[in-house]
This record gives sequence, structure tokens and C-alpha cells, in this order.
Amino acid sequence: MLIDIEVNNKKIQAKKGETILETLNRNGIKVPTLCRMEGFTPTGACRMCVVEAEGKSGLIPSCSYQIEEPIKIRTHSPRVIQARKMLVELLLSNHPDDCLYCASNGNCQLQDLAVELNIRERRISGEKTKSNLDQSSPGIVKDPAKCILCGRCVRVCEEVLDVSTFDFYKRGNKTAIVTSMNKDLNFSNCINCGQCLLVCPTGALYEKTNLDIVQQMLSNTDVTVIVQYSPSISVSIADELGLRSGKDINGVLNAVLRRIGFNKVFDTSFAADVAIFEQSAELADRIKNDENLPMMSSCCPGWIKHMEQSHPDMIDNVSTTKSPQQILGTLIKSYFAQREDISPEKIFSISIMPCTAKKFEAQREEMTHKGISDIDVVLTTRELLKLVKLYGVDAQSLDEEMPDIPFNTRSSAGKMVSVTGGVAEGVARTLNYHLTGEELSDIKITKLRGFKDRKEVSVKIGKQEIGIAVVSGIKSANKLIAEIREGKSDIHFIEIMACPGGCINGGGQAFNNDEKTLKTRSKTIYDLDDKEAINVAHKNSNLISLYDEFLGEQLSEKCIKLLHTKYSKRDVLL
Amino acid sequence: MPNLEEILEKYPFVQRDNLIPVLQDIQDEFGYLSEEAIVKVGKYLNLPTVKIYGLATFYHHFRFIAKGKYHIKICNGTSCHVNSNILIINELEKKLGIKDEEITKDGLFSLEETTCMAACGEGPVMAVNDKYFTHLTIEKVAEIIDSYKSMEE
Amino acid sequence: MSEKANFKYKDFLIENVLKLKSDKSEEEVVAKLNLLQRKKINKPVITVSINSSSIILGAQKLKTYIEEYLVDRNIDAEIIPVGSLGLSSLEPVISVQLPGKTRLFYKKVLPENVISILDGSFNNFIQEENILGQLKNDIQDTWEQVPFLDELAYFQNQQRLILKNCGFINPESIEEYIASGGYKSFYKVISKNTPEEVCDIIENSMLRGRGGEGYLTGKKWKIAYETPGDQKYLICNAGESDPGAFMERLLIESDPHKVVEGIAISAYAIGAQKAYIYIESEYKLAIERVKNAITQAREFGLLGHDILESGYNLEIIIKKGAGAYVCGEETALISSLEGKRGRPHSKPPYPATKGLYNQPTVVNNVETLVNVPIIIEKGIEWYKSVGTKDSKGTKVFSISGKVEYNGLVEIEMGTKLRDVIFRVAGGMKNGKRFKAVHIGGPSGGSLTERHLDTLIDYESIMLTGVSLGSSGMVVLDEDNCIIDMVKYFMNFMQKESCGICIPCREGTRRMYEILDNISKRPKDENGHTTLQRFKGVMQLESLAEVLKDTSMCGLGKKASNPVLSTLKWFREEYEEHIFERNCEAGVCQELRTFEIDVDACTGCTLCAKKCPTGAIFGTAKNAHFIVQDKCIGCGICFDTCKFSAIISK
Ligand SMILES: Cc1cc2nc3c(=O)[nH]c(=O)nc-3n(C[C@H](O)[C@H](O)[C@H](O)COP(=O)(O)O)c2cc1C
Ligand code: SF4
Ligand code: FES
Ligand code: FES
Repeated sequence: MLIDIEVNNKKIQAKKGETILETLNRNGIKVPTLCRMEGFTPTGACRMCVVEAEGKSGLIPSCSYQIEEPIKIRTHSPRVIQARKMLVELLLSNHPDDCLYCASNGNCQLQDLAVELNIRERRISGEKTKSNLDQSSPGIVKDPAKCILCGRCVRVCEEVLDVSTFDFYKRGNKTAIVTSMNKDLNFSNCINCGQCLLVCPTGALYEKTNLDIVQQMLSNTDVTVIVQYSPSISVSIADELGLRSGKDINGVLNAVLRRIGFNKVFDTSFAADVAIFEQSAELADRIKNDENLPMMSSCCPGWIKHMEQSHPDMIDNVSTTKSPQQILGTLIKSYFAQREDISPEKIFSISIMPCTAKKFEAQREEMTHKGISDIDVVLTTRELLKLVKLYGVDAQSLDEEMPDIPFNTRSSAGKMVSVTGGVAEGVARTLNYHLTGEELSDIKITKLRGFKDRKEVSVKIGKQEIGIAVVSGIKSANKLIAEIREGKSDIHFIEIMACPGGCINGGGQAFNNDEKTLKTRSKTIYDLDDKEAINVAHKNSNLISLYDEFLGEQLSEKCIKLLHTKYSKRDVLL
Repeated sequence: MPNLEEILEKYPFVQRDNLIPVLQDIQDEFGYLSEEAIVKVGKYLNLPTVKIYGLATFYHHFRFIAKGKYHIKICNGTSCHVNSNILIINELEKKLGIKDEEITKDGLFSLEETTCMAACGEGPVMAVNDKYFTHLTIEKVAEIIDSYKSMEE
Repeated sequence: MSEKANFKYKDFLIENVLKLKSDKSEEEVVAKLNLLQRKKINKPVITVSINSSSIILGAQKLKTYIEEYLVDRNIDAEIIPVGSLGLSSLEPVISVQLPGKTRLFYKKVLPENVISILDGSFNNFIQEENILGQLKNDIQDTWEQVPFLDELAYFQNQQRLILKNCGFINPESIEEYIASGGYKSFYKVISKNTPEEVCDIIENSMLRGRGGEGYLTGKKWKIAYETPGDQKYLICNAGESDPGAFMERLLIESDPHKVVEGIAISAYAIGAQKAYIYIESEYKLAIERVKNAITQAREFGLLGHDILESGYNLEIIIKKGAGAYVCGEETALISSLEGKRGRPHSKPPYPATKGLYNQPTVVNNVETLVNVPIIIEKGIEWYKSVGTKDSKGTKVFSISGKVEYNGLVEIEMGTKLRDVIFRVAGGMKNGKRFKAVHIGGPSGGSLTERHLDTLIDYESIMLTGVSLGSSGMVVLDEDNCIIDMVKYFMNFMQKESCGICIPCREGTRRMYEILDNISKRPKDENGHTTLQRFKGVMQLESLAEVLKDTSMCGLGKKASNPVLSTLKWFREEYEEHIFERNCEAGVCQELRTFEIDVDACTGCTLCAKKCPTGAIFGTAKNAHFIVQDKCIGCGICFDTCKFSAIISK
């Protein structure tokens, strides 16, 4: 039903029951918002979106006010502007004035609002809150001094992730966002997925940065500085590098990284193929022996930590194969080091990931051998972009280059692991090969594609029906696991990624993660699968040589030692 | 002292709306909410502990440290305020070296500011455990604290 | 429930008093009622007021004393607890009633004087300092030279509907309550009226919510009644979170059955079968008494399944609040009942359409609900004759501060403020000058002397920029500082804001800081801090406006009321603080300045030793002086000097 309403003296039509904000946005009127998040029920907390409505004594929040009857609204009257301005001034009144040094400088909604509302002086100054910078976590830093208590992180963590690391604490002037029992992040149930820092409007949550060490190492001629980058990077940052978006810029990325000064540049997609190869071999074994099924994927470190703390009873079900990042890390310091005759101590291995949890994964004890870490430092996509700027690399002027030998080939399956469903599809293809020695007749499993948080399919492999499930977002994982505990048994393999949509929406990605961007990223990847000749991990030529020359058979003793890991129950406050 | 399980058993069909009563019962019994209690309630109600902690910290009455042997409640209601209770509060803070919601190191005294105790005419008012003191002055309050202190020696 | 055996009159009360069954002769009924109402008694009855105020003043102990006294003297008398007459300042109050004589009330009874008081009463000798008055009664002999209670100024200027039973009947006895007319209204509506009819009656009576908004209660009920829902809920809001109010607490302690009856009728009217009482967990006695009342009512078949064969079912559940002012706000209260952080929600939707568990819910204040049985009993027309054109009935306040009598007062709407303070409450304490009266707690405002002729009703009070928020009324005298008072409320608000919305959370904090700033001397006086101070003050008003305009709930919207009203009525005092750095009342300690009288100073050096900032200089045996820049105005020197050589300004 349509309702005639009046906005700024102009008649427009609103749908009954929709919020004022929705109507305004459809009609091209912009109202600033702060606490609102697309797809969440509005809380009406920040009051930034207030508008003036005739006959109402106070201003009303447009994000949550539903239109039920004709109403006259003014969106930018002096009274409204004055109020919004005051709200921002209030937030700024005790804000630490260190924008220039802030992790979110240039990417801060509070800054934007201050500009938009033309705030030029501090009319009200308030006592600064004492803040305890929480740097305990390897992935995420929390700076309460900059927190404006919009509650977005709380909601993402609860409603999307179902992890619930944060909640509001106390009330009034003591209100804060804390973890359970006010523990430091590292001792909390935070899985480091980084979704919270994607939604944080200010610099109150940001990744723990490792740029300093990387810069240091880059100028240290004594060590070989090696970089690998996640399959999702090359489809996410074209815009930021000034290139045409929606394109895979793999080749240019290699060139960029070499210009920055990395001695060797590898694409983690290669290791993704290895991971798929090992994982499907493992799965094939489990299916043959009918043990520890369903097998759960292990490439997402956020999920792994969550499993260790919340579902320790599932430890045996999780594939022991390391994640692609860690596999390549190991291979660099063993196979590659041997080949090139470099001592592993002299290698500094960096990985660039769309993910803050990878920072956590890299420093896990299991990921270190004899005091040498598989991966020394993890950077996020955002840090990479900073690095590019820092070293003045102009991507637009560069030609495409190849990654370095011996890891310079990949299948399209190796690329697909960065989107939800991609791992499962790759595993299905190679599982078919392991079980039957043949290729799947139709390698494209469309039912595993798309952004639904849960997808299920049954694939005929040989004579067997293999059930495959894909979940993204811990919430759906929790649900599926609950069903499994209750006896759901038609599933053999589950791909689990903590971030909704997979790594292309990772907590370490560049900040434009709206739905449209995600769709473009995923399309770019699936286009490659259509275009390219090698679509299955086991046909990756360098992978074949790797096994021939170094690892031997899949699941060989050497494979187990280098490419597999173990998990243990974690005691944290849930 | 009954254990936590016994308190929880009183709520067989618990849902979230029982959370506050459960916590109140636990606090009545143990004097405060321990981490252990919060974890157990979380398991029992199938709620993340942070939600319980967030809820409990919202409300003024929930405490996370034990009360002192002598729990002092000093009225900070409007009427006591206009009767200069601030002097009494300052004196208490000075004598005990603690502030609102804190406890002395030796565990003897804890301090809590409350809203009106309904004896406004006799303010400033305070209570030490169940014993009330009215018409307080700085001297009087100092004496009271000293007498409790000397009782402990 | 060991009480069971005690209900000697249960059947009589239900059948003959409520249902008016005519199987007993009129004389028999009257005789029994007289006994229950204590018009005619067979042995002496002593009542002791046991309520929060009296307990603090030693009433529990007093009761034990009296019990011992009776045993000692071998006197066969009944001891009965009662609630509060409202005269908290005169607690502990006891009453002594001898067969055939009127009931005598004594005030300020202490263990020290109770024996002589009782001895006196039993021997026809009245202890004058302690006598309060006697309760008029036509079938009892009066005492000579004892004033009647209703002739006391305190009672004379009140109109007691809500507080009628308070301090007179035993709050722990349903029998006394029914005997004094209780539960009649409830029985009447469930046996004779449809819910719509009850909504109509209340709407026509023009009863308005006493919890703050002043919304027409009947109208709210109708919305809830008409909104479809699987379940409907009635919530009795006894949160009373105003830090200076104790009205609801004493009311519930003194007449819990009246509250239960009010809830029962209202729940019936909106079609609710479940009602909640939300009450502060600190109100232990009130909780105990209302719990007892609910148990007894159930015992009498007045609650539970198929109440008195009417087919109506009702459960009342007590929910204890955990200490949060904002939970008095209805949507926050609902969050709290649902087991969440007590944060408010944007309205609309209003609870009447979407409340507890998303069902139609009516939240009403205790006092509002207690009005309901009175309206049913006395009728619309009678009720409408009490009060003013738009504000009907009475209003109860808890009055405190610098007045003679602290306690409860109930006045007809339209009574002058002056009468309440100077007649009912006995005027200013210690002969001090009246300065202001603060109404409505932290969301209220202060009025000055020139408002003393304002009538107390929703409209007139609103005109002064103050709302009849809570029932707290605090009187200030010349020794109080307005800035300090406002600062106190702002400090309260900054702690009590739920912390969700920016204007309220940040605004209250900043306003507190601004007020704090002007009640202090700047730590280091330079151009910048002075500028800050002035800028802050200039922002006070616009901050207050934005708070009012944009906050999500009433807490934030009203948080600036104390500031706005005092800026309006006590501007000079602000200016004095800001420009002259002077607090006339001497409350803002840090504004005080001290000087040393050179002639009086003996140079004992004591003050210099005690000064925490080392602001006092001088050598032994010579006059000292104070460096004003270093002085923080703590006044320690003033207190230390043995020669009165320090002058405070
Ligand atoms: C901050 C705040 C505190 C409140 N506290 C109380 C309270 O303690 N008691 C109360 O009855 N109403 C309180 N109210 C008003 C309630 O929200 C609600 O309007 C009232 O309970 C409705 O009852 P009534 O219609 O009977 O007045 C408060 C409102 C606000 C905004
Ligand atoms: S006005 Fe204050 S109490 Fe009300 S919702 Fe906003 S922050 Fe909470
Ligand atoms: S965006 Fe509407 S209240 Fe925050
Ligand atoms: S304000 Fe302290 S007793 Fe009322």
C-alpha cells in the first residue's frame, strides 16, 4: 500500500510499513547514519538520522520509524542540522585528537560526518576517557578511547557470527564494549575473523599491523624476503590500485610485489591446490574406512579456533590438512629452501591475506618447527595497499608478470577456495579422482555456488552418493553441527568459513564489502573457472612435480609431517 | 551453603527471562557473582557468558567482588544530599581508603552508595550490615568506623 | 503457609462482605465487622508501625520491647504491625487502643520511653511529649485533651484516598483489608462489568497516569484491549527509581492489598491473565508484604483460576529490579523483564500494541493502579469532583529535605504548593528561609518562592517548565546551593543513562562537567581555561535542547529539565558562580576563598603544616598569609585554626 507523505515540502510516495530512511533513500535524499547496518533491524541508537516531523515534539529517527500514515517531514531543517551537528560534536568532545596517526585515518565515518556537518572548532570539550589499548590479540587491536559505542561490532559478532565476543558493559558514562569478564581479547573467545573491524565506523577496532617488520626485512639484504598472496587478493583490489575493477589482476600484482622489493613472489593458489589434493585424499580414506565423517574443512583459521573452543567434540572430524597459507609456508622453508640452497633461518616469509585470523594462525604453536615459523608475518589486504603506497608503486604502469618458480602454476579450483563453496567444489572434483581415478563428468557444481549461508548437495562419485554441505558464517556452522550431533548423517564433507561469503568478504579485505562488490569478486573467480583449462587441483603441473620430487604419495609420511597439523581443546570463556 | 547447582535446579524450565532472577538468587547466596557462577549459568541457559556479564554489569546491584565483613551502605538520595551527606561520604572514603563499590584490602569494609532509604528526615543515613545510623556527622562517622576497627583488633 | 489456620473469617468475608449473601443477620455482620475494623475490641490492641522508615529508627527492636513489657506486666493485649501513617519523621509511631476507648497514636517512641508511654496509657495518663493524637470514632469514648488526628494540620490539609488505610490497618492481613472495604471493587467488576465497561469507567473518570507522562489511563487500556494478541500483560511499575522518593515503597508496605486489587481490576479490564509487579529488589519489606498479599488473595480465591466463580483467571508475578533508574521507563522495564539489559526502545510501537514478548502490554504506575479501585467504589462523578478540570483525584508525594515533617502527603489536585510545604509538611525546619522546592526527581525541576502559589496539577506545574514526574518533592533552604543540586542530578543521570543513544550518554556527561567546572576554581587559571568555562556554560542551553529533541527515551529527553528550570528561575545563582566565583550557600567548597586575619594570627604554623597544597606561607610567631593561586578552598586551615584567624569568604 502506498502512502503520500511530504518531504521538504515535496510530495512523495512511501510504502506502508517501510522506514522513513528507506523512502528517503529511494527518493535520492541522503540522511547521515551511524549505528545502522544494512540488513540488520535498526536499533535507533545513535540518533544521527533524526528528521523533523510535523506534530511530533521531538525529532524522530528515520532509520527505525515506520511510515504507517501520512506524515510531513523535514530532513535538513536548521533544527535537524543543528541537532546532528551537536551529536557529532558530542562524540568529538572527548575523542582523542590523533586522527593523523589513527589506523582509520581517511576511512572514518566520524571524520566524514565532521566534514559533512562542517564542524570546525571544539565548542564543547569533555574529559577524555582513560583507555586501555588492548593489543593482546595477534589479529585485532581494540582502542576503547575511539569507540563511539554504536554497537555494530556487538551485533555482527552475535547475529552473523554467533560467536558473541563483545557486549555492552555497564551503563551511562561507564558504558563500554568488552569481552566476557572484561578479559583481554587474546584470552577471549574472539576468533579473530575481523568482521567487527569491517563495520567499526572509527578506529576503535583495527588489525594488528606488522608493516614495520616487513619494511625492516625488505631493507635487510641478509635475508630472502618471500611473499605469498591469497587467491582472493587479486580480485579485490583492482579499484584501489586504480585498475579496472571486476578483473583478476594476478599478473599485475606479481609485478607490484616485485617492485616493492620482495625477493620471491608466490601465489597461495598453488598451495590451495595442494590443500585440496591432501584434503580430498584424507576424505577418500575416511569414506573408505567410514570413520570420522563428516569431514570438516580446515582452511579457515577463524573456524578452527571456534571449533577448538566451542565444538571440541568435533576435533576428530576436522581435516588435519593445514591451510594453504601454512602449506606454502612450510614448503617455502623446506622444499624451496632445499632447492635454492638457502638456510630456512635466512628466509623471511610473508603472506598477504584478506584475513586477520591468519595472523593468529601463523603464530599457533603447531605452525612452528624447531623454533622456525612456517610463516613469519601476515599482512592484510589493507596493509598491502598501504605498502604499495609507501613504496610508491604505480600499478597502472606495470605489465603482468608470473609468480616465481617452483610454485607458479595453479588450477582454477585453487583460486576458487576464496569464495564460499569453492573449497567444497574443488574437493569434490579431486575426491572423484582419488576414489575413481576419473574426472567428474560435470565439474561445475552450481548448487555449491552463491552467497547463501548454507548450501547442500549430493554428488554421485562412483557408485556412491557423497553429501556435501557448505556453510559460511559461524552461525550456520553452529546450526549444522547441532544437527549432526542430533544424528544428521547424510553429509560426508563440510566446508566451513567463518566470514559470510568466504575470504572475499574476509575481515582483512579492503573496506568496500557491500553486496555488489562481493558479487563482482565472486563472478571474477568463477569466470576464471569457465575460461581456464586446468580446473582440478590434481592436474596442477607443479603440484605433480612437487609430489614426485619431494613429498611422494599423498598422505605419505612426509606429507603428514609437513602438510598436516593437529588441534586441541581450548579453554576460553564462551 | 547450597551450591550453585541447587539454585539452578529451582529453575527447571529456564529461559532467558529467568536470567535476572537466577543471578539475584546466586548473589543472595554467595554475596557476589563469581566467574565460575557466570560460566555455569551460561551453560545452563545456553547463553554466551559475555551476554550474562553484559547484563549483570548493566544493573547496579550485581557485584563481582565479595562484600566486606562490614558492608557499609551510605544513602546518597536527594534528601541526604541536601543534608550534606557528601561530607560523610568523603570522610568514609578517607577513613577506609576505598570508594563506592570497593572493598578494603583486609576484606573488612566495603562501601556502597544507595538511593533513598526512606529516612530522609534523619539524614544523612547509613547502614553497616543491618545496623542503621542516622543524623551522621563527620565525627560520628569517624567514631563508628573506629569502633568497628577496634572490634577487629 | 501456616497462615491458613488464621483465616477465621474467610467464609464470612467472602460470602457476607464481598458477595453480600444474606444468610446472616445484619447485627451479626456489623458485629463481626466492628471487631475486624477494631471499632469494638475485647482486649487492648497495640500497633507498631513497621516500615522502612521506622525500622531505621529502631521499630523492630521497639516491638520486641513491647512484647517483653506485656509479658512482664502480664497484660493480655494484641500487638499488630501496621504500615506508615506517612509521618516518617515522627517514627517510630505506635498506637494503643483500650476496649471502649479511641485509639491513641504516639510518635517518636523509643525503647527508653516506651515503658512510661504504655504504663501511662494503661493507667489513663498520657505522656504529652509523645502523643500524636487520637482517631475519631463515634462508638468509642474519647480521651480528654488529646487532639484528634484529623484536626492536626498535617492531616487537615490532605485528602486521603490512596493512603486511607496506611498506618491504620495491618498490611499483612487480608481480613482487615476486606473488612475495611477492600476487594469490593474487584468483585464488583468481575461479577457485573465487562472489560470494556471497566475501560470506559476509567476513561470517563479522566484518571491520568501518575508515572510521569500523565497519559489517560483508560485510553491506554483500550488500545491494549483492542489490539489482538495471544496473551496480554499488565505490568505494575513500582520501580520508583527516583533517588529521593520513597512513596511507592511506603505505600506498598502499608497497604499491599490495595495494590493487588488495583492490579487485578486493571488486568481484568485489558484482558490480561498475567500481571507483573516490577519492584526494586532493595525494597525487601515491600516485596515481602506484597508477596504475602498475593498468597493470601490466592488463598481467598481472589487470584488464580476462576476467581470467585467469575470465569476470570489471573496470576500476579513479582519481578525484582536489579537497580537501574532507566528501568522505570516502560520499554526498558520490558527489556529487563525479558532478561536483557534494561535498554529502552524507540516508540512507536508503544507497549500497548507491542510490549512484553511483543504482546499488548499496559504499564501503569502503582499510584495510578491504586486509584482504580477507588474510582470503581466511589463512582465516576464523585471521583471527578475531586481535583481540577483536567487533573482529577489526588496526588501523593514523598516530601523531604528541609521541612519539618518528612514523609508522605496526599493532596487533592489543585492544592497550592505553599499549603503542602507550609501546612502539611509543617514548614521549614529550624526556622530557615525557604529557597526552592524540587519536584519530580532527576527529570524534574526546581521552583522558587514566587511559585509557591502554583496549583499542583498536571497543567499548572507544566506551565512552570517542570513536570509531575515522580512523586519526589525535596525542599531546599538557604543553606543549599542550586548549582550543587543540579550537579547532583546530572551526576545521577550520567551514571544512569542506559548508554545507548549519543545525546543522552554524552550530553549528560558533558553537562555534568560544565556544571562541575563552574562550581570549582580552575586548577590553573589562564585565558584558555576561562574561555573553556564560558564556552561550556554557553553550550548548556543548546545542549539541553538537543538532548530533549533527539534522545530516544524520556530519561534523556528530561535529563536537562533540572538545568533548564534552574537556568530560568535561578539565573542569578548561576551568574554568581560563573562571574563572581562565589557560592552564597557555601556548598561549593572549592569556590570558597580564605584569608588570614593578620591581627588574630599568632604564627602557630599549624595551618601551614596542614594545608594540602602548601598555599600558606609564614614563619613561626609571625602572621601567615595564603597564596590564593595555590589554594583549592578545601577549608582545612579554617577548621584547624585555634584562633579564628582564618576568614572564609
Ligand atoms: C527515565 C524514566 C524513569 C521512569 N521511572 C518510572 C518509575 O519509577 N515509576 C513509574 O511508574 N514510571 C516511571 N516512568 C514512566 C514510565 O515510562 C511509564 O510512563 C509509566 O510507568 C506509565 O504508567 P502511568 O500511565 O500509570 O503513569 C519513567 C519514565 C522514564 C523516562
Ligand atoms: S535517552 Fe538515555 S536512557 Fe534513553 S535510550 Fe537514550 S541513552 Fe538510553
Ligand atoms: S542510524 Fe538511525 S539511530 Fe543510528
Ligand atoms: S535521601 Fe537518604 S534516606 Fe532519603
